[in-house]
Parts: sequence; structure tokens; C-alpha cells
Amino acid sequence: MSRAALLVLADGRFPAGGHAHSGGAEAAVKAGRITGAASLEEFCRGRLHTSGLVSASLAAAAALGLDPVELDEAADARTPSAALRTAARRLGRQMMRAARATWPHPELDAVARLFPKGAHQPVVLGVAARAAGLGADDAAYCSLYESVSGAATATVRLLSLDPFDATGVLARLAPAMDLVARDAVDAARRAVEDGVDALPAGSAPLLEISAEAHAAWAVRLFAS
Amino acid sequence: MHLDHSPSHSHSHDGPSALSADAHRPDGSRRAIRIGLGGPVGSGKTATVAALCHALRDELSLAVVTNDIYTREDAEFLLREAVLPPERITAVETGACPHTAIRDDISANLEAVEDLEDEVGPLDLILVESGGDNLTATFSKGLVDAQIFVIDVAGGDDIPRKGGPGVTTADLLVVNKTDLAPYVGSDLARMAADAKAQRAELPVVFQSLRDDKGVAAVADWVRGQLAAWTAA
Repeated sequence: MSRAALLVLADGRFPAGGHAHSGGAEAAVKAGRITGAASLEEFCRGRLHTSGLVSASLAAAAALGLDPVELDEAADARTPSAALRTAARRLGRQMMRAARATWPHPELDAVARLFPKGAHQPVVLGVAARAAGLGADDAAYCSLYESVSGAATATVRLLSLDPFDATGVLARLAPAMDLVARDAVDAARRAVEDGVDALPAGSAPLLEISAEAHAAWAVRLFAS
Repeated sequence: MHLDHSPSHSHSHDGPSALSADAHRPDGSRRAIRIGLGGPVGSGKTATVAALCHALRDELSLAVVTNDIYTREDAEFLLREAVLPPERITAVETGACPHTAIRDDISANLEAVEDLEDEVGPLDLILVESGGDNLTATFSKGLVDAQIFVIDVAGGDDIPRKGGPGVTTADLLVVNKTDLAPYVGSDLARMAADAKAQRAELPVVFQSLRDDKGVAAVADWVRGQLAAWTAA
């Protein structure tokens, strides 16, 4: 594996569409659930242990070579909100374009053919990690970091939050990310033996419900 | 590079989709020319797009992608004006940063233009409008084949002198709302001289959408770009 390839894939400027999404932060800011650095940290911690863990395990499983079609179905089953499924597929399609241009690989082409309108983003991320010569741990870390860094940068824009405070939040979450990444990879390895039902199915109902409401707003800064 | 996104190779119908500015679609046909319109807030980008649609829709198959900052206002203006059927207008959400979506991370816009060609094509021309942004906001060459930068006389007649990537490098600079020049004290001759100094041989059009000629000069420029694209 190349450590530098991991940095390329994890870079917030990797051109895969993430900048237009807030990870639920826009809805949470409007509802008064995120008002500053402390509540942003709690929000992100909640994401890490629910949708973050699920996404990271899907990414790790895809990186281990599990069938992307089965993983995509597993992602659908773990995402009750139709708006979030749409957002995940849109981001998956964007990730696919960026990954195919960056690390050309027949497995990426095969998934692109199977899902012309996009597979769930963590699944594509995992296949992209494979194409980049990265492992399941790397895929899990990329997915987990994205699940909180997107919300943090969006909150900087939404609340004019001090960017140093937002970055401090991410740094304080690092130990929790290590633990969740380990759980995600353990689950992905079990799924190699036992099938995709071994993957976690944690869910944050408020994220799902507020995503549905957010998708119907007439005026918003972020797509999700 | 992959065989399937090199224009010099034959394309299979079941190949994965295009990646970037490839001049051919996955089925091997030549895609529509993509022309970007950028410029500061309120300079008349959407009005120019609407006028272009009126001027060109009877002779060309065209579609529009808008990049609004926080609403679907520009797309809805075009729909309200009924310049094109709704299925030919797509709004891209930009996460508060239109310049990111047209330059740094063009994936959502590429999907929009490709989906328009798949769903309402074949198309001759796709206009990609940026949300109002700053003087440095230009389109990626991976997204558009040519770009128009729209400024207006009321935004200050020193903008051509100040330059910036939009003013100096756009394939066409449009100075809009010339009818307002007497009311806001803008010196059109000075703007023309400054633009010439910044842009050398690159063309500049002064336009007022309220006079008889309207968007005619810009429409002619677009026809010329399309002719060159088709001949290439």
C-alpha cells in the first residue's frame, strides 16, 4: 500500500462532490441542535457511531472485495430515508468518476457499468481504495473521516464558526474514530465469512427524518 | 488513460460513462458543445441565457444547467420565462460555492450535462450558467469548451481595468446593460479601451438586452463556436 495514495483519497479537495453536502449539519443548525463547537462535536460523535460506522464497514467490505451489488443492497436496507439514499448514490456516482480518472481499474469500470446512476458512496469508496492499492482500514478511515469532516466544514459556512474550533472538534474525535474504524473493519472481515448481514446496521433516526425535511426546503445552501 | 475515454478509439455501447471533457459520448457520437457563462452577481447572466435560448431554440437543440448558490431561483426564472421546456433545464446545487462546482470539483455539473444529453438529446449546445461569484471564478476546461464572462456597466466601469481571470481569459467578455451607462456615470469608451488592454485579441461585446439588437452579437458568437466545434 502507498501511504501517499491514502492522503490523495482522504483529501477534502478530492473532486468527488462532497463540498455540496453537509452530512445533516444544515438541518441540525436550523433546528438549533448545532449552535457552536460543543454541539457540533456531539453531533459528529453521533454520526460516527451510527451512519459513520455503517458507511465505514461498507467501505471496508468493498475494499476487501465483497460483491458491490450485495453491498449496495445492504446500504439501501440500512438507509431508511429516500433522500439520503438519493444523496448517497449521487455522491457514489461522483466518487466513481473521480476514482476512475485517478486510479483506472477494471473493477471500477465494472461497478460503473452496473450502476450508471451511482452505487452508494461508501461502496464506491471501498472499490476506489482497492484500485488505489489501499486496504480495508484505509477505506474505513476515509469514510469515517468524511462522515464528520463534511459536517464540520459545512458548519463553518453555516454558522460562521471559527474554523480553528471546527478543526479542534475533528482532532478531539480522533480517538473515537480509531475505535469505530476498528469495529468497522472487524465487521467487514466477519462479512467475508458470514455475508453482508454481519455488517452493522446502526441508525440515527433524527438524521434520517431531518434529511427528508431538508430535501423539501425551497432555500438551502447544501444538497443534503 | 483508458481506451474507453480516448476519442481516437472506437466506443462500445455498454462501456462505462465518459469521465470528463471527452468530445465523444460513450456511444461514439460527438457530444454537444458546452459553453459556460460566469460573472459577478446581478450582471445579467440569467437574462443573457434566457435571451440566447429565445434566439437559438428554433435553429438548435439546446439545454441549460444552472448553478445557484442557495436556491433554484435561476432555474425557476428560466422555467417561468418558458424559454425552454422544463426537461431541458437542470439545477446543480453548489454547497454555497459556485466556483467550486464549475472549476475545482466539476463532477455534479458533468453529470448534469451528460444526463441532459442522454434524456433530451441529441443536443447541439448546452449552456452552463454559474451562480454569481467573484472576478476570479472561471470554468474548468474539463467542463466547458468555451466560456463567456458577463459584467455590467453598473457594477463599476473600472472592472475591465482591474482584470482578473474572468475578464482577461474568458473566450468572450460581455459588458451588459449599456443602456444604464449614462445613469451610473460609466464611461463605455474607457471600459472598451481597458478591456482591449487586458484581452488583446479576445473579443468583447457591449450589449443591452433592452435595445433592438439585444443578444444578437452574443448569439452570433455562439453560432461561430458551434460551427468550429462541429468542424473540428
